[in-house]
Amino acid sequence: MKPPAFEYHAPTTVEEACALLGSLEDAKVLAGGQSLVPLLNFRLARPPHLVDINRISGLDGIYERNGGIAVQALVRQSAVEDSELVSRVCPLLSAAVRLVAHRVIRNRGTVCGSLAHADPASELPAVLLVLGGHVIARSTRGDRIIAADQLFTSVMETTLAPDELLVEAWFPSPAGPFAIVEESRRHGDFALAGVVRAADRLALFGVAATPVLADSADPTRGLQPSGDLEATPEFRLHLVRALTERVFAA
Amino acid sequence: MKVNGVVHPAPGDPRRLLSDHLRHELGLTGTHVGCEHGVCGCCTVLFDGMPVRSCLMLAVQAEGHEVTTIEGLAADGAPLHPVQQAFHECHALQCGFCTPGFVMSVVGLLAQHPSPTEEQVGEGIAGNLCRCTGYASIRRAVHRAGELSRK
Amino acid sequence: MTTRWFGQRVQRVEDDRLLRGHGRFTDDINESGERALESCFVRSPFAHARIRSIDVSAARAMPGVVAVYTAADLPFGQTDLPILIPHPNLTHGRTQRCLASEVVRYAGEAVAFIVADSRYVAEDAADLVEVEYEQQPVVITPEIAARAEHLVHDDVPGNVAAEMLQEVGDVTPALAAAPHRKRLRFRFERGAASPMEARAVWARWSKSESKLTVYDSTQSPTSIRGGLAVLFGLPESSVEVIAPDVGGGFGPKIMLFYPDELLVPFAAMQLGRPVKWTEDRQEHFTAVNHERGQVHDVEVGFDDEGRVLALSVDFIHDAGAYTPYGIILPIITAGQVPGPYRVPNYRVRFRDVYTNATPTSPYRGAGRPHACFVMERTLDAIALEIGLDRAEVRRRNFIQPDQFPYDVGVAWQDGNTVIYDSGNYPALLQKALANLGPRPAGDHVGMGLGMYVEGTGVGPYEGAHVQVLVSGKVVAATGIPSQGQSHATVWAQIVADELGVDMADVEVTSGDTRRFPWGVGTFASRGAVTAGNAMAVAARMVADKAKHIAGDHLEVDAADLELSGGEVRVKGASDRGIPLAAVAVLANPVRYAFGGGTEAATQFATRSRPGPPLREGEQPGLEATGYYSPPGSTWAAGCHAAYVRVDPKTFRLEILKYVVVHDCGRVINPLVVEGQIEGGVAQGIGGAFYERLAYDAEGQLRNASFMEYLMPYATEVPAIEIDHIETPSPLNPLGVKGAGEAGVIPVGAVLASAIEEALGTPITEMPLSPLKLFELVKNRS
Repeated sequence: MKPPAFEYHAPTTVEEACALLGSLEDAKVLAGGQSLVPLLNFRLARPPHLVDINRISGLDGIYERNGGIAVQALVRQSAVEDSELVSRVCPLLSAAVRLVAHRVIRNRGTVCGSLAHADPASELPAVLLVLGGHVIARSTRGDRIIAADQLFTSVMETTLAPDELLVEAWFPSPAGPFAIVEESRRHGDFALAGVVRAADRLALFGVAATPVLADSADPTRGLQPSGDLEATPEFRLHLVRALTERVFAA
Repeated sequence: MKVNGVVHPAPGDPRRLLSDHLRHELGLTGTHVGCEHGVCGCCTVLFDGMPVRSCLMLAVQAEGHEVTTIEGLAADGAPLHPVQQAFHECHALQCGFCTPGFVMSVVGLLAQHPSPTEEQVGEGIAGNLCRCTGYASIRRAVHRAGELSRK
Repeated sequence: MTTRWFGQRVQRVEDDRLLRGHGRFTDDINESGERALESCFVRSPFAHARIRSIDVSAARAMPGVVAVYTAADLPFGQTDLPILIPHPNLTHGRTQRCLASEVVRYAGEAVAFIVADSRYVAEDAADLVEVEYEQQPVVITPEIAARAEHLVHDDVPGNVAAEMLQEVGDVTPALAAAPHRKRLRFRFERGAASPMEARAVWARWSKSESKLTVYDSTQSPTSIRGGLAVLFGLPESSVEVIAPDVGGGFGPKIMLFYPDELLVPFAAMQLGRPVKWTEDRQEHFTAVNHERGQVHDVEVGFDDEGRVLALSVDFIHDAGAYTPYGIILPIITAGQVPGPYRVPNYRVRFRDVYTNATPTSPYRGAGRPHACFVMERTLDAIALEIGLDRAEVRRRNFIQPDQFPYDVGVAWQDGNTVIYDSGNYPALLQKALANLGPRPAGDHVGMGLGMYVEGTGVGPYEGAHVQVLVSGKVVAATGIPSQGQSHATVWAQIVADELGVDMADVEVTSGDTRRFPWGVGTFASRGAVTAGNAMAVAARMVADKAKHIAGDHLEVDAADLELSGGEVRVKGASDRGIPLAAVAVLANPVRYAFGGGTEAATQFATRSRPGPPLREGEQPGLEATGYYSPPGSTWAAGCHAAYVRVDPKTFRLEILKYVVVHDCGRVINPLVVEGQIEGGVAQGIGGAFYERLAYDAEGQLRNASFMEYLMPYATEVPAIEIDHIETPSPLNPLGVKGAGEAGVIPVGAVLASAIEEALGTPITEMPLSPLKLFELVKNRS
């Protein structure tokens, strides 16, 4: 379980990073590494180039923008968890980030990395979706704003182009009551199913190839979850209904 | 890279994991490797003061940063760090393999919550696996470490 | 002698270095200062296949690669690895070879071994090894194996490695005559011990000294040493095996030989450089033995009062692809099903069947969690059937305290029959129920109860060496290693008591053949019984010798002396004594320069006793080697009880209260015993609700990582309340029984009982999960 060989790049500016991503074949961005490095250690990912963005300064800001919270690419999840600003402006994000793995993982893992990685069972993509947020993708071609409902395409796949760096995510404040609940086997594990509510909007995670918006009156309509060792499709649908009840009771 | 206050030369091979670098290049074998996919927590070290998994970082990423390992908590011959002392008093270790990772996580936990509630203790040590103790003694040790640290 | 340390809640002496990061685990070894070569395996991706060809040329050519071995490169390449514990009923025992060259029979079986400058390079080279496989039909699950539509070994008909039938009384007529009869089927799936330190081996060959030094994270260094000496044609004195700090064992590290245990020393001898192999977590899941897969068909006959009249158990044990450890596991299950209850007519048959999965060998509990599950679930079913309280059914079936020794009449793992030496089962139950207290309020709450006995302290023997140094410090050594059991502390307690010294003056070494070459290993809850008593025996021999020598010196009869306060003293005259340090000098009547009482020991010192300086038959030095060989197992017991709540929608399990009452005879150190129990219960909770090795029909293990094999975190384990009773064992001088495995044994039975009540759905299998409960409830309605 040792990473395969790769060429390592450590740009110090966003421009340099974008130039590398624009010129290298099959480069992978290394931010927090909490998802990517396990894949390297298992040799499930064998990128020829790693572009480590951790030496870029000025990319770790959390600030208020347009009635929401903007989180830059190198903001660690634990920083969001501890942020007074986030808990005031977007308390749903504070609540959601606490459900991500464990504190020691959150000390290194980034919010933007979690979005770019797009694990369908992870919380933050669903939060971005339910809030109608967006991300900013930068490349040598310029900036591009990608709305949440345009970002996630499939299991760990997004509309980010290979030369684009996700530099910022924007989470608007919830417009009404909000809650996030999930069912996982152990504390901190990926959810078997999860439901996040913001006002009258509902998003589900862990039950489709991407996070999906759902109708609160009939949350499982059209849903065809996959099965695995811990949950059959039927059990996932059952959990979605149970969790939806809970998220509206909360 | 500064490890336990001592400056060390830059690592060579970029794919070398920080855990392997600490153990086999710097001889700091107190940091253990239990899974190499970030679940067990045996390899937890402080990175610029925050507990992180050293198996999920490349050694080159630690260049210009400060790393503290279990060996850096109490000097040889000096009394144990309060967290170490509490683990001893509460029989919070048996085989001792997961112990350095737990101790480093608890150092981080107590920095965040100096007087943690029972729930904060559970959350703070969930993320480290122990196969020997069943965790009850580790929970007791976290509370005791809090007491010792406040003294 | 006044007992001072025995029984005390003494804090551990091994902690300080482990807490400072100064532990020495096998992968930490850098003994010669010469960096060891690192290695990895190429393993079969298929569960059953013929090997057409193996091409290692590209791997060999890779820079940084030092050697690549296949079976063809090994002088022992066509040698079957040994069956550790042969048995007459194991008629079709089969073992693997170090490296497979013709057939692979489980995914993860080793095919090639690569030695390189680093593990990174070795893994790169492994990617280049090309093996052409021809896949064969795969046999997974014990039921399918027993149907024998396909064979795991061509020459093993029916896939049956062993079959054994035992009967006590006359079951068939007793069943026929019973007022009530019930048939039940209980299923257990595979689980893994998963010590936090995976396995590792480090070896160095010193050509100049003809000496092989091996560090191995094993539970049995003495056996490894014996085997290596034979394999390499060396005298045992040329082979040193050390189990340094071992990061948990829980059973699978008692298995030997794993291929690496031969290949790493072999490569070190071939290459003339230290070589090490450190297993990674992914390969650990398939390369290291599993346990627990069993299916049991039960028929029980009982009367209107709930008394068991006859019990028939027919079970299949999933052996995996090979039987290197013999048939110990099903023998233990067969012997332990009756538990603390009288079963006047008992018939048990098992078949040990091959499957295309990792082999099995004991994992903490070893056949007992399933045995306990079978009996306890059967008693719960009887209670339900006749409308009796579950505790009352148990009371009516208990072996009573005045019935010991009690012969169950079936075979035990040491070759004897199962004979309980002592116990008080009604007292255990009574105390557990009292400690459990009233039922918590709320819906979907269930109470669970489980009792067990555990045969501990099996032989054949362990030994110990105890020596008082001229400094007055004491060193003690035994062959069995520690994987966290606190041997250094508890042996020191025993020795300190026998020699009347401070515990801090006793330093214990365990698991190092350089210090003590004889012994068996740390497994089967046997350390305290075997090595603990051996320590006591050796220390008493030292004490006797000290009294004789001091008696000569003080001109007092040895019988009038006692050891206390670091001295040999005249009883009743504490001012007349001689320090043990000086006795240690007197025990070695030569001249040398250093040492507290050296002047007292020169050949010119006045000697009160005539004759030669060493008595006839006496050896120099204040030291002794003693052995303890138990006449039979000693039987610990316990009762666990719990309240749980199951969420009726998500089927999340919440353990509201969990109590343990445990009897392991005389307790040497309550702190240590409670730690063992707490850890055992946590492992039991894992095995009952979280941990399942999930093989698919192709023989692929679907959850070979800590992300998917769900060992509990702190958040999944509740507080556990522990209480003790002590019925000393009459079989050994210390009156102790084993405690290592106890915690894990009844947990599955307890949680099944509680969940069954909480949901009103019969529970007949382990492990459970929210998904499993969802389906049980769904299928009921």
